[in-house]
Formats: sequence, structure tokens, C-alpha cells
Amino acid sequence: MKLLTGNDLKTGFVTWWTGADWSLHIEDAADVGEAGEAILAAEEGARRVNAPYIINGEATADGPRPAHIKDRIRALGPTVRPDLTLKPADPAAGDWVI
Amino acid sequence: MYKYDEYDHAMVDARVAEFSDQVRRRLAGEITEDQFKPLRLMNGLYLQLHAYMLRVAVPYGTLDSRQMRMLAHIARKYDRDYGHFTTRQNIQYNWIKLEDAPAILQDLASVEMHAIQTSGNCIRNISSDQWAGAAADEITDPRPWAELLRQWSSFHPEFSYLPRKFKIAVIAANEDRAAMRLHDIGIQIVEKDGQHGAAFYVGGGMGRTPMIAPLIKDFVPLDDMLSYAEACLRVYNRYGRRDNIYKARIKILIHELGADEYRRQVEEEFVHVKSLGIDPPKAEFDRIAAQFAPPPLDASAPDAIDRSDPDFAVWVDQNVAEHKVSGHAIVNISLKPIGGIPGDASSAQIDLMADLAEKYSHDELRVTHAQNIVLPHVRKGDLYAVWQALDAAGLATPNLDLISDIIACPGLDYCSLANARSIPVAQKIATRFSDLGRQKELGELKLKISGCINACGHHHAGHIGILGVDRKGTENYQLSLGGSGAEDVSLGTITGPGFDEDGVVDAIERVTDKYLATRTEGERFVDTFRRVGMAPFKEAIYG
Ligand code: HEM
Ligand code: SF4
Repeated sequence: MKLLTGNDLKTGFVTWWTGADWSLHIEDAADVGEAGEAILAAEEGARRVNAPYIINGEATADGPRPAHIKDRIRALGPTVRPDLTLKPADPAAGDWVI
Repeated sequence: MYKYDEYDHAMVDARVAEFSDQVRRRLAGEITEDQFKPLRLMNGLYLQLHAYMLRVAVPYGTLDSRQMRMLAHIARKYDRDYGHFTTRQNIQYNWIKLEDAPAILQDLASVEMHAIQTSGNCIRNISSDQWAGAAADEITDPRPWAELLRQWSSFHPEFSYLPRKFKIAVIAANEDRAAMRLHDIGIQIVEKDGQHGAAFYVGGGMGRTPMIAPLIKDFVPLDDMLSYAEACLRVYNRYGRRDNIYKARIKILIHELGADEYRRQVEEEFVHVKSLGIDPPKAEFDRIAAQFAPPPLDASAPDAIDRSDPDFAVWVDQNVAEHKVSGHAIVNISLKPIGGIPGDASSAQIDLMADLAEKYSHDELRVTHAQNIVLPHVRKGDLYAVWQALDAAGLATPNLDLISDIIACPGLDYCSLANARSIPVAQKIATRFSDLGRQKELGELKLKISGCINACGHHHAGHIGILGVDRKGTENYQLSLGGSGAEDVSLGTITGPGFDEDGVVDAIERVTDKYLATRTEGERFVDTFRRVGMAPFKEAIYG
């Protein structure tokens, strides 16, 4: 599957294209199939997200996951500071990152 | 401490106003990211993995308590309650929001700080010896010269678009605590016939093609220092490779031209530059130097230290260094607690270090290239109180220059250029070697980790160096041995095939075991390596 990601213009936070909008949560990411380039072009124009790009993803039981470790770390947060990740309260949150 | 004059204030304030307007226009959608990116980078604002990252310059690593408190304030108010001190004696914040950037820069300006020239192809923050003004072995305080270079290089119109970034270090002692010869220009203030002058080493650097700077001129009279630096830069600016980013640093130019030909061209340029009169009149230099006058230290303060608390004594032996004035000492605060993140400090810790500086160190702090903090001027009689306060805040790890005093770049946990994570490797190594007795048995051992070939973590200069690489989408670590960033400067040699995260920790243990079995009396790890070479270590690692 193909996912779209970028960083929010105002906050810099990592965001994922949901099919209609952007979300902080990888779980909300939509498979954009072949439509990635067209969505990117439209979104570049809207200027809400910085430097969005297309990545490979995998469908898992817990939802979509980026194929590459770099984007998995982006999806959750720094592996060395679980307290600063998107799911600080979940001790298993990082299991799929590495 | 240098205090801004009206020109410094006007320059920084104007830049804050200009950048605030640029941010406003970007947020309003009036300019694109492509247009905005070079503008934000000129103000130290990167986009990294999780957010914007702000790099704040700490000129030659010197801070007062007011500035240090402001760093804590920024971490607390705009970031996530911590900052990361870097090998270039700067601080980075990892969670900055674009909309907050103007306010942060305004806060910084209020304490005479900024983030200008912390990115881009310009002359970056000038680095120096963290013990400057206090070291027993220095011939003079190098910082007035570093400050002069800072003023010369700030907004230098000719050098704002160099072929590539440019880093300068200035030291004034034979012991090199600033990795001077791994800079684009390394200047050592030296003495000849009773006069001070500047030795110029040009063309060092790390990155993908590490090089040790050759000596270009052994003695430049200090009255000519700026002109000589200008000549060095001009030759580079004219002939540096703008066509190929991997060949754009001055080290490549000098390597290709040869040091002799580069020197010839610099000397020719110097004759011309000298006629322009850019070296400051003596009165102006004296004005700058006066701001670095030594603090009023009482040389009759007692020299004895009460070592009755054994934990305190261990810390004194490892982290406290000799001061040039008797009765005083240099306190090195380790930001490397076992299992912690090298170089990170919380807002509360930053505030505490500011308080201690104000109370016990004539209001001065330093950031070191090893990502530690220094209180340069502490009375020996105050050491115990300082230690108690540090210990209570988790800042008294007695591991300076030991194997757990690891330099590590942010790596893949934060950095968008990374191939592999650096911090978890540092944490595992420090944990494996957590026993202090074992660390002391190993003695001075400088371990440095970078998460990619850019070498921000100085791995080429590590007695033991680790480089993170991407092997088919998984993290892999290359080990190198025998580097040094000190006066015995050398570049490490790769041991062989790489390892996974746990494998590299095991390999290091085999290397240190081999060292213990092989060393002769008084030999540090790197000395043994130089004596016996790679073969026995390779054998120990790969069998
Ligand atoms: C996280 C954002 C960072 C980025 C994007 C970044 C980028 C780079 C790049 C591209 C280079 C290679 C330059 C070249 O070879 O021409 C480099 C070198 C370097 N960086 Fe970083 N860096 C970052 C963080 C840091 C940190 C945190 C430190 C300090 C711990 C640091 C210190 C250095 C040093 C010492 C060098 C090598 C010196 C040299 O080649 O002159 N950087 N950096
Ligand atoms: S060495 Fe590479 S991974 Fe580490 S901070 Fe520098 S650019 Fe990032």
C-alpha cells in the first residue's frame, strides 16, 4: 500500500493523509494507491503540510504501518523517549517500530 | 563575557523582526516552502523527524547564568522541557512550532543570543576550548580571538554563500580540547620569541571524507589574523567545488591543490587583503579582550579538598580539573548518566546549572564539544556543595573521558538524514560498562557515535567510533578504532563487517578485553591500538 505523509506547517508535527484530511495518527492513514501524486499536487497548493511525500506501507491487524523504520519512528515518536511519543501510556506502543 | 554593543543589538533585533515577518507570510500561505526554507535555515530552524528543530548558537561555548536560564525557559515554554547540547557547543530543541519561532528568537535576543548562521553555507559558530580562561596549560585566553572572528564572520557579505558550511575553532593550549584540526580552519594561539601568534591549520573535517587539517602557516602575527583568515576563505570561495556537494568543503580543495599550492595562493591573496585594513586597531581589540578579563579569583583560597565523603572523592578525581589559579578548580558536569541520552538536559537541570554558575563560578558556564557542561571557576572549598547539588539532580556521574562519556548524535530518533539510531547504542554501551571500577580500569576511552556518514557524532575521531548505516532497511553499525580528536589527532580505521545493535556492544567488549590483556603500563586504549595495530583486535572481534 502507499501512504502520504508530511509535517504540519504550523507545528511541524508528523501527519498522515486520511483520504480527506491530515491526521497525527498513523491508524487513520489511507491507502492512496496510484492517486498519491495527484493528492500531493493539490495539497502542496493548500499549503497546510510541508514537503509531503509518498511512502510504502503495510496493512497490519492494527492498521497501516510504514514499511521503512524512519517513517515508523516518525509515526510514533523517538524510541528513546516513550514519554514523548503519541502513546506515552501504552507500554507496547513501540513494538512495531523496530 | 562579551557584552553586545549597539551594533550587535541592532543586527540581531533587525533579524528577529525580519524573520518574524517571513514566518507570518509563510503561515498565511503567501510564500511556499521552497521560498521559505532557505530563510528559516538562515535562522537556525530545520525541519526534522518529529517537528521543527531550532539550533541556538553558543559562541565559543560560553554562557552566563542569565542566558542558561533562558535556554531552560525556552525548553519549558516552547519545547518539551529539555534541550540537547551538541558537539559544536550549541543547543538544539527538537519540538519547536513554527508559530512560536519569532517569540523564541525574541526571547533569545533579550539575553544576547540568536540562531543566526547555525545552518547554511556560511561561517558557523566559532568553537573553542571549554576551559578557556581557566586551563592551567593555556598560554592565553583564546576567546577574545574567537570573539573577534565571530564579529568578522557575522553577516560577512562575501562569505554568506560559500561553496559549503565552514567551521572554525580557536585554542591556546597544547592540549587540544576542541578537535581543532578537524575544523575547516583550526587556529592555535602559540608563542614564539615571547610573542603570541596564530598557527593556522586549514582543511580538516569529518563527514564522508574525513581529513586532518595540515599546517598552513605556523605563525601569523595576531595583528594579521583576520586578514589571514580572510585570505584563506577567499581562496576557498573562489575555487571551492560548487558543482558537487560531496566535494565542496575546503578540505577537498586543499587535498586536490596540495597544501603548498593552497598556501602559496593564500599568501598571495594575503598581501592584497592586508592592504584593506580589516584587522582591528589595537584599541578595539583591547576593548573586546577587556570583556574576557579573568574574574577576581582569590589565589590565597585554600587548596585542600576535604575528601572524607568517598563518592565525592571519586567525582573530584574524575570530573574536576586543575585551574590556573590556586585554590580553584574546573568542574566538568557530565550529561552522560548511565543509560541516559548523551547531551540532553531537562529545564530543571539547566536552571540548576545556571544557579550553580551564579553562586559558585563567577556566573560562567561552558558547553563542551563532548556534550558536557563546565563550571570554569569554582573555589575548591565550594566543590562539596556543588557536588551535592549536582548529585541531587542526577548531574554528578563521575565518568568524564571514560567509556560511558559517549558523544552521540541524535541519529534516527530525531534526525531526518539518519540511517540508524545512535542514542540506543550509546545507552546499551553505557549500561554494559556501568560498573565504575571497570570503566576506570579501562581509563581514558573516547567513544563516539554518528547515525550517518555526516559524522556529527565525531565517530572518525573516536578511540572507538561507531557509524550507523542502513543495510537493506535495517540498522547496522560499523566499528572503527584508533581515532582521536585531541592533540594526537588521528582518524579511526574500520574493523570489518558491521553489526546489529547488540552485536556492536559485544564487539566493543571484546575490543576492551583485548586491550586489557595487551596493554603495557600506562598505555591508554588508543596507545595500545597504535602500538599493536588492528590485527589482534580484529582477531578478537571476528575470531
Ligand atoms: C539533527 C539535525 C542535524 C542535521 C540535519 C545535521 C547535518 C549535518 C550534515 C549534512 C553534515 C555534513 C556536512 C559535510 O560533510 O559537509 C554535518 C556535519 C556535522 N555536524 Fe551535523 N547535523 C545535525 C545535528 C548535529 C548535532 C546534534 C551535532 C552535535 C552533536 C552536529 C555536529 C556536526 C559535526 C561536528 C559535523 C562534522 C563536522 C564537519 O564535517 O565539519 N550536527 N551535520
Ligand atoms: S550524523 Fe547523520 S544522523 Fe547524526 S545528526 Fe548528523 S546528519 Fe543526523
